[in-house]
Amino acid sequence: MKHYSVFALAREAMRHHTGWERAWARATPKARYDAVIVGAGGHGLATAYYLGKNHGITNVAVLEKGWLGGGNTGRNTTIIRSNYLQDPSAAIYEKARALYETLSQDLNYNVMFSPRGVMMLAQTHHEVRGYQRTAHANALQGVATEFIPPRRVKELCPIIAIDGPRYPVLGALWQPRGGTARHDAVAWGYARACSAMGMDIIQQCEVTGVRSEGGRVTGVETTKGFIGTKKLGIVVAGHSGQVAEMAGFRLPVEAVALQALVSEPIKPCMDVVVMANTVHGYMSQSDKGEMVIGGGTDGFNNYTQRGSFHHIEETLRALIETFPMISRLKMLRQWGGIVDMTGDRSPIISKTPLGDCFINCGWGTGGFKAIPGSGWAMAELMARGEPGPLAAAFGIERFREGRFIDESVAAGVAH
Amino acid sequence: MLILTCPCCGVAAEESELAPGYEAHLKRAGADASDDDFESYMFARKNPKGVHFERWRHAYGCGKWFLAARCTATLEVFGTYSAQLPEPPAEIVAAIRARRPGWQPS
Repeated sequence: MKHYSVFALAREAMRHHTGWERAWARATPKARYDAVIVGAGGHGLATAYYLGKNHGITNVAVLEKGWLGGGNTGRNTTIIRSNYLQDPSAAIYEKARALYETLSQDLNYNVMFSPRGVMMLAQTHHEVRGYQRTAHANALQGVATEFIPPRRVKELCPIIAIDGPRYPVLGALWQPRGGTARHDAVAWGYARACSAMGMDIIQQCEVTGVRSEGGRVTGVETTKGFIGTKKLGIVVAGHSGQVAEMAGFRLPVEAVALQALVSEPIKPCMDVVVMANTVHGYMSQSDKGEMVIGGGTDGFNNYTQRGSFHHIEETLRALIETFPMISRLKMLRQWGGIVDMTGDRSPIISKTPLGDCFINCGWGTGGFKAIPGSGWAMAELMARGEPGPLAAAFGIERFREGRFIDESVAAGVAH
Repeated sequence: MLILTCPCCGVAAEESELAPGYEAHLKRAGADASDDDFESYMFARKNPKGVHFERWRHAYGCGKWFLAARCTATLEVFGTYSAQLPEPPAEIVAAIRARRPGWQPS
């Protein structure tokens, strides 16, 4: 892998950019690997990367039925934050956020992490109390957040109407080192680094079956033939239920559509990420000037990557109330992703009933922010066969044991 | 927009009139059930990519619960029926088979 640097850029500028090599090699599957990861989205690629980097396992294949990063990694609103209430959530999301801080240097690929600050508006007294509690919890967890008054909200983001008639802004939970990153670059950067370690990233290779012997996984059937493996990691988000069924177990997961949209590009008008959970919409401005907007999920199982239009209407209605200046903006593009929702709205990073088969799913509506931490924890689980401290609380057995990590109550909405 | 005909009041209800209730025909685990049965009833879901039976409530209409057969891969609706029934009635199964030959309940 040729190193990206200002000198490389200058060198290539002198020779009409003829010397750039492919970011990752086009691979054909080998007969056997030490580890196979199903799903080349952010979480799958990060798992492969940390398997190599932290655990020295590089005989790894990442299988992807579509194209790399074309699922939810390419369909989110790129928000990164770690201001969670429950300790296990705060630990893994903060690990991820901390890894994002140096990810560009680590991968030698500019993921454009922009710690511009994330603000979660409190628009009811209940929310004020909730976020004050979260701010205290975060202080104990070592996550830098603070509860700020409306005046400070207005200073940080002047386009917010803080004295709206229905839901005036009563304060906000402010995480100054939260922000956004370039979603495609995260997938591409991890893929390039994996490829450089000699891993195979095999696109357009759909897994059609899981083969096992004596209760242990032996490989996967794919559209490109059988691929043997010692360890299998299932990291497929929305389609987790399908792959789990192939491996012979059921999950506490439902697949629903979550939509997002962007406006036409406008001049810079907000340099923070704002989430308004009472009215349920969130918005940030991309580097291209588009307002990036998201809201709530649909209420029914859906695999079509398109959602119901009335949810877009609800999201925009909420945001126009909060940001009156966007009322005349034209919306440019809208899309949907299939998110895997668990009962407690927390992810699953776990061993499964099938030996040597591991699953990482259930990130629901908030997976992008967790990519590096999720990959770190999943790689540890796959390499050792037992979860490390980050993943320990996220085992699938928590549902049977009633040991939920209840972020659905903590956040009040999908998060 | 998803439109389901409420079998209780006969109104063709738009999605915004309805409240979702997710998977139908779950068998309630009683007080003497094992942990596995209880987990299965409370949390494990079929979540199929294809034919799915769900509970819906005509929230902004007659207010009653009913069940619907729908395809999660195409958003096609096969029909709706009473929430009193323990399994999909013959006409719903026939409507599904007319569109998905050879379909078997899982």
